Amino acid sequence: MVSKNIEEYLEALYKLTQNGRVASTTQISRSLRIAAASVTEMLKKLARKGYVKYSPYAGTKLTDKGSRVGEKVTRKHRLLETFLHDVLEIKDDMIHRQACEMEHSLSDQAEEALCRFLRYPNKCPDDGKIIPPCDMQFSNCEECLERTRKGVEEIGRREENLTPISSLKEHHIGKVSFIRGDRKVLQRLLDMGLIAGTKIRVVRVAPLNGPIEVAVRGSKLALGRDIASNVFVEVLKDQP
Amino acid sequence: MACHATTSKSAGKQQNKDRHLTVALAGNANVGKSVIFNQLTGSNQIIGNWPGKTVERSEGTLHFEGNDITVIDLPGIYSFSTFSLEELDSREYIAYEKPDVVVNVIDASVLERNLFFTIQLMEMEIPLVICLNQVDVAKSKGLTIDVRKLEAALGIPVVPTVATRGKGIHELTKTAIKIARKTASTSRITIKYGEEVETRIDRLAQLIESERLAREYPPRWIAIKLLENDPEIQKTVVSKSERVARVSETLAEEIARIHKEPCFAVIASERYSIANRISSEVQTQTIARTTFSEKLDWITTHKIVGYITSAGVIAGLLLWTFTVGDLLSRLLSNLLGFFEPVNPEVGGSIVGVLWNGIYGGFVAGVTLVIPFVLPFYLVLAMIEDSGILTRVAFMMDSAMHKIGLHGKAIIPLILGYGCNVPAIYACRIMETRRERILAAFAITFAPCAARSIVILGTVASFVSIEWALALYAIDLAVIFAVGRIALKLVPGRSTGLVMEMHSLKVPSFSVVTKQTWTRAKSIIYMVFPIYIAGSASVQVLYVLGLLDRISEAMSPLTVWWLGLPSIAGTLLMLGVIRKELILLVLVAIYGSTNLLLFLDPVQLLVLALIGMLYIPCVSTIAILAKEFGSKTAIAICVANILSAILAGGIAFRLLTLIF
Repeated sequence: MVSKNIEEYLEALYKLTQNGRVASTTQISRSLRIAAASVTEMLKKLARKGYVKYSPYAGTKLTDKGSRVGEKVTRKHRLLETFLHDVLEIKDDMIHRQACEMEHSLSDQAEEALCRFLRYPNKCPDDGKIIPPCDMQFSNCEECLERTRKGVEEIGRREENLTPISSLKEHHIGKVSFIRGDRKVLQRLLDMGLIAGTKIRVVRVAPLNGPIEVAVRGSKLALGRDIASNVFVEVLKDQP
Repeated sequence: MACHATTSKSAGKQQNKDRHLTVALAGNANVGKSVIFNQLTGSNQIIGNWPGKTVERSEGTLHFEGNDITVIDLPGIYSFSTFSLEELDSREYIAYEKPDVVVNVIDASVLERNLFFTIQLMEMEIPLVICLNQVDVAKSKGLTIDVRKLEAALGIPVVPTVATRGKGIHELTKTAIKIARKTASTSRITIKYGEEVETRIDRLAQLIESERLAREYPPRWIAIKLLENDPEIQKTVVSKSERVARVSETLAEEIARIHKEPCFAVIASERYSIANRISSEVQTQTIARTTFSEKLDWITTHKIVGYITSAGVIAGLLLWTFTVGDLLSRLLSNLLGFFEPVNPEVGGSIVGVLWNGIYGGFVAGVTLVIPFVLPFYLVLAMIEDSGILTRVAFMMDSAMHKIGLHGKAIIPLILGYGCNVPAIYACRIMETRRERILAAFAITFAPCAARSIVILGTVASFVSIEWALALYAIDLAVIFAVGRIALKLVPGRSTGLVMEMHSLKVPSFSVVTKQTWTRAKSIIYMVFPIYIAGSASVQVLYVLGLLDRISEAMSPLTVWWLGLPSIAGTLLMLGVIRKELILLVLVAIYGSTNLLLFLDPVQLLVLALIGMLYIPCVSTIAILAKEFGSKTAIAICVANILSAILAGGIAFRLLTLIF
């Protein structure tokens, strides 16, 4: 069991290190409203536990292990926000603070049930941030609905870290692992050659939140940003 | 699977089969099906380098070596699921109409993805020929395909073609006839799935056969579709045999458990791995050179340059239309007496009045279509066929999202600048009804050629060209604003963009001219009758003096709120029939082409603005009603009227301060 404090750190780091950046101690201290000295102390501890790679000058990066925890907490946080906002219709800044409290006590089982209940939301209602995918070994949401309905045996957890296509840069290569959405979205992508296991290469990223062009099975596809943010890949090579 | 219904049906067909053959073209969007269709039939058919424009089945005929052949061009689709109407329609056509042969056109440069569909066609167990098109494009990408190997792998004859240059079409026709007449021996191959899946398909197919469920479709195909959870097939099966439905559910669950994936995904991914295996067996890739078209691509999709190109393409298209249109319409009006048709002085016999109206409508149609619409569509067809329009859609995606649409919607929207009617047809490329309505709504605000004539004839001629351009800018702002509002009012979620990006190419002359003609023709057939009828009835109304009364009734709105002369009521009523009547009647009533003698610049501007926004013309309303039902058509008209009144009133008050 990861302590609430550690979860808070990893959540903050997850946010700060999106797009492959490193987080500085100042950034972390500002984001958590904790004195820099205490932050440094904590980072050292997190490094010992294998959650982060920390060096005093180069900044802090999450390890795969740390990233999984950070992602999970972020996911719970954003799912809770969606629930508070869309279902309970609480429309003030309270939802963020409440979600911050609730995220640590939400069990994984409740997290999955919440995701299904909300029909696998992909974005936070208030700030439009992407809700990270679940860490079950599903390749799409249809599967999740089918399994739980029939009560089939427990499915394993995912080992690898997933990135949405929308966060990839030009020339990145990835393998599709998970597609969020209903059968209709799945079918559209499937017909164009995008299914779990497919290798893709990012050809071009349009500016201003525009679409992303990917090479798939010898053809080129333009994917709108919202679609691309629901197709999660395992990054195979991130150097051009 | 001999079933009584099928046998008797095909026996009836057999009798006139001696001479007559039916050939259906099937394949993915934009693989050159329509080009082949044109090559075969010489008929007109919309072709362009953007996916999904063949939304209706087109038919043509061909006489070849003593054979009478009907050629059917099916819509471009990627699979046979029931999620889109085109897919359902195509599979039902093939199953129920039983064409003598289906020609599967595939893009040689995207072999794997195309084979995914081929495998599905093979599962329907129909006579097939493969047309391996665009082998030249494949070659430029360094891809060579061993045709014999592909034939052997699929058990289907394969004919390589370059349709745009007519290469291989003769051979293709010959092969298709041979297969249709069953004079060539074919070795039908059943593409097998993995063992766990295959044994279950077999078991289910046998059950289907014993329950005599297979009527139009082969039992194996039904079995696969059931396992894929196809709603349409499932519905039919459940109603006929509970047992089959139950067994298929159990089998699908078994497959899902073994593969840890839903059964439909298992089948799809196995299909892809078969396609992948075949394509890597038959295809050799030499050094992947960067093709010229890829190098060119940065101009159209670069972060900054791409936007300039996109804007340049649209602006250039409009500029070209107006320059050429202006020139041609001057020439034509000298020839035909442009401003003569609507002559209020006409009295006399009712026949004379009617004739004047009919002739006037005809002349107006000619002077609209020839100078403005034809040049517009000609250049647009070139932009489309080259693939540049797809890039514009790519660059404009995020902007279109603001009004709940995605990049593809830019295509019908641009079309709307020529004429709203074919543009609203083209909305069918959008995925959902909601998006089609949103796009069509935006289009009704797009200044078509007729509205541009009004702007050119009033504002550009008598105020300034800058103000005319400003009107276009205001129009864009209005489209954006009403689009935002419509988005809030029309319930539902937006779908995202999934669009194939084909290589850029030099547009083909025959494709461009045929497409231009097809579109222009759709306007002539749709718009001319309404023009002529509308013009005649207006003439009668005018002579009977009813128009003055309408003007009077509308004067609180026109005179007080919009600051226009009371005659504007008449103009606007007439403009519903044809927008350029606003200008024509204005000139006719005042008896002079120098409008400044009677109207001040503010009035000219407000009139042009109102004319641009206030209501779609009758032809457009008709097409809206046809596509979306009369309720939606009325709602769109009301929205148009309200936004015009609002924008016009505001413009009048603001402009008075400036001038």
